[in-house]
Amino acid sequence: MRPLARTVPVPPPEAAQAVEPVEEVRFGGRRLRARALLDVAGRVREAGIAVALALFVLVVAVIEPRFIEPNNLEEILLSVSILAIVAVGQTLVVLTRNIDLSVGSTVGLVAFVCADTLKGSPGTSVVLVVLLGVVLGAGLGVVNGLLVTVGRVPAIVATLGTLYIFRGLDFTIAGGKEVSASDVPDAYLDLATSRVLGIPVLILFAAVVVLIASLALRRMRSGRELYAIGSNPEAARLAGVPSGRLVFLAFVVCGALCGLAGVLWGARFATVDARAATGFELTVVAAVVVGGVNIFGGSGTAIGATLGAILLGTIENALSILKLNPFWLQAIQGAVIIAAVTLDAIVTRRLQRALRRARARR
Amino acid sequence: MTMRWSALRGKHVARPRARELLFQWEALLVLMLVATILIGSSITEAFLTGQNLSLASADLVEKAIMALGLTLVIIAGEIDLSVASVLGLSSAIVGATIDAGVPLGPAIALALLAGALCGLFNGLLVAKLGLPSLVVTLGTLALFRGLAFVVLGDRAVSEFPLAFTDFGFANVPGTLIPWTVVVFAALAVVTFVVLHGSWIGRDVYAIGNNAQAARFSGVEVDRIKIGLFVASGTLAALAGVVFTARFASARPDNALGFELDVVTAVLLGGVSIFGGRGSLVGVVLALFLIGALRNVLSLEDVAAEKQSIVIGALLIVSVVGTNALRGLQERAARRRPAPSRTEPSMEGGGGR
Repeated sequence: MRPLARTVPVPPPEAAQAVEPVEEVRFGGRRLRARALLDVAGRVREAGIAVALALFVLVVAVIEPRFIEPNNLEEILLSVSILAIVAVGQTLVVLTRNIDLSVGSTVGLVAFVCADTLKGSPGTSVVLVVLLGVVLGAGLGVVNGLLVTVGRVPAIVATLGTLYIFRGLDFTIAGGKEVSASDVPDAYLDLATSRVLGIPVLILFAAVVVLIASLALRRMRSGRELYAIGSNPEAARLAGVPSGRLVFLAFVVCGALCGLAGVLWGARFATVDARAATGFELTVVAAVVVGGVNIFGGSGTAIGATLGAILLGTIENALSILKLNPFWLQAIQGAVIIAAVTLDAIVTRRLQRALRRARARR
Repeated sequence: MTMRWSALRGKHVARPRARELLFQWEALLVLMLVATILIGSSITEAFLTGQNLSLASADLVEKAIMALGLTLVIIAGEIDLSVASVLGLSSAIVGATIDAGVPLGPAIALALLAGALCGLFNGLLVAKLGLPSLVVTLGTLALFRGLAFVVLGDRAVSEFPLAFTDFGFANVPGTLIPWTVVVFAALAVVTFVVLHGSWIGRDVYAIGNNAQAARFSGVEVDRIKIGLFVASGTLAALAGVVFTARFASARPDNALGFELDVVTAVLLGGVSIFGGRGSLVGVVLALFLIGALRNVLSLEDVAAEKQSIVIGALLIVSVVGTNALRGLQERAARRRPAPSRTEPSMEGGGGR
């Protein structure tokens, strides 16, 4: 590579990306300096989103004090809980340099099946329904995982296919019916409204998911290995990482989390038809990307993805509380996605340059 | 390097032998299309009628036009998820301007210009800032759709000059071929020539196979990528004009969610999501196949969402199928160890 690069006057930007100096040093245990820089990079990313979020909240709060009343803040968290759960699942998949576009269809299918089960047999315990949802979601995740690992279908293609298939199944099962709030027992709807220690259960669900995922990604061997796979699949394989099994597992866990989200979706929105959560996949990917998870895998955190979800939810809430034209919402969300990834690219490039300098000094 | 180039050229210049042709994905698409038509015509008499085929093909036009641009973009190793939103924005612009009394010509020109600018925006972010196109166009998917709502609000404009809606509804005199299909056919020919018969097409394949190698070989990667996104945006805007004419309705949520349908058609056509591989013929065949399948199922009263099961399964099977086919092809050619992923293994049929 080197001699070739020297004959070319301007080194192309791809060269830097293809070599991936940042990602590769993750493995070398002795390259502490690089590791330290990477840790900083991770923190910079999350801190960046947190600061952006704080600034945004501050500005809106100055214009409209009602925005930071506890009630409204709670409403924001409630509205992003389900998104955050799915975004964490998506993060696991994206970290391995894959993507799951079927999350919206999975959430919708599980939401309908669970609500419909309760409609059919109202006596079913809610715990059982939650289990049903998680298992069903995991099962759909198994399909995705098998297609990607055993079938060797690129994840974006496989999950685009299952996006249609799961949604089609949803329509086949629903057959034009819908389940409304009066059809399901109150115990189910309580999932979305009841509180434990004054905190809404919905938010607790999300918090537990984020916490566990975050710890697993930081501390567990397989969590670290997800990063290794996404950073450099070939190197990970050579280093003995069971890539296939872990990618499969990531899809299954993502599916299970979508299943949980589906159960909660049904409880929160009460009325479920076969169209539930249509297009949700794009919002989820948006949250993950805004949260600083690299779409090509290898870097990003569950906390980051959650912050991304909260930022998107906060913007939505702010627009309505400021009584701005809701038509601007999508445009602003789109602009936020682009701004986030542009800033991230600039920061990453700077860090890479710093990293190269650090290596040159050694 | 020289090997790669000759392999690339092989795709366009050398003709595959008959036996290899059998293993081509396009050949399978033709078989599936024929099977669908045979089965369709045997289970419902309403299928093989001129009127039905005329309507069914008109229904495909917008997605087909968007697929042309997207094919080039994906072969170059990028993706454009914003096409349906550009369609919506273009439709909103046509509606808003005509509603404000602007004549038809300038209104359409404005919509196309907006589409080109949308594409330019995507292209600059991807090529100049080096951002991943999946993320950029996911962002602009929301952004452009949002702008469509900003332009038109939640209004719907349905008063258009007669010449405009006539173009949307009418057939070529004396035939059952809709004018909109003629527009698509003309664009498809142009795209075919650009992709398979010009230096631009060769550069597009080169970029998709290995952007870095292409750059070192003197291909103007950035300029071509930007050009492709501009083309994709302009074509999507044109699809918006056609959509508006065909339904005589300009709404900001026109064609909501179409982007995934278009991506599906392109991938089903055998275009590799990793770029560098695929042909326009395959994509057009895939469009026909999807159209025929959906039409038959609709005639049998299967809801559109349930039809999607078939399309989704077909998409997955197509990749598993091409993987398997490639294996067969390699065995047929008695090749040595399997080529790595980035190598154009479909091209360059052994020994030439």
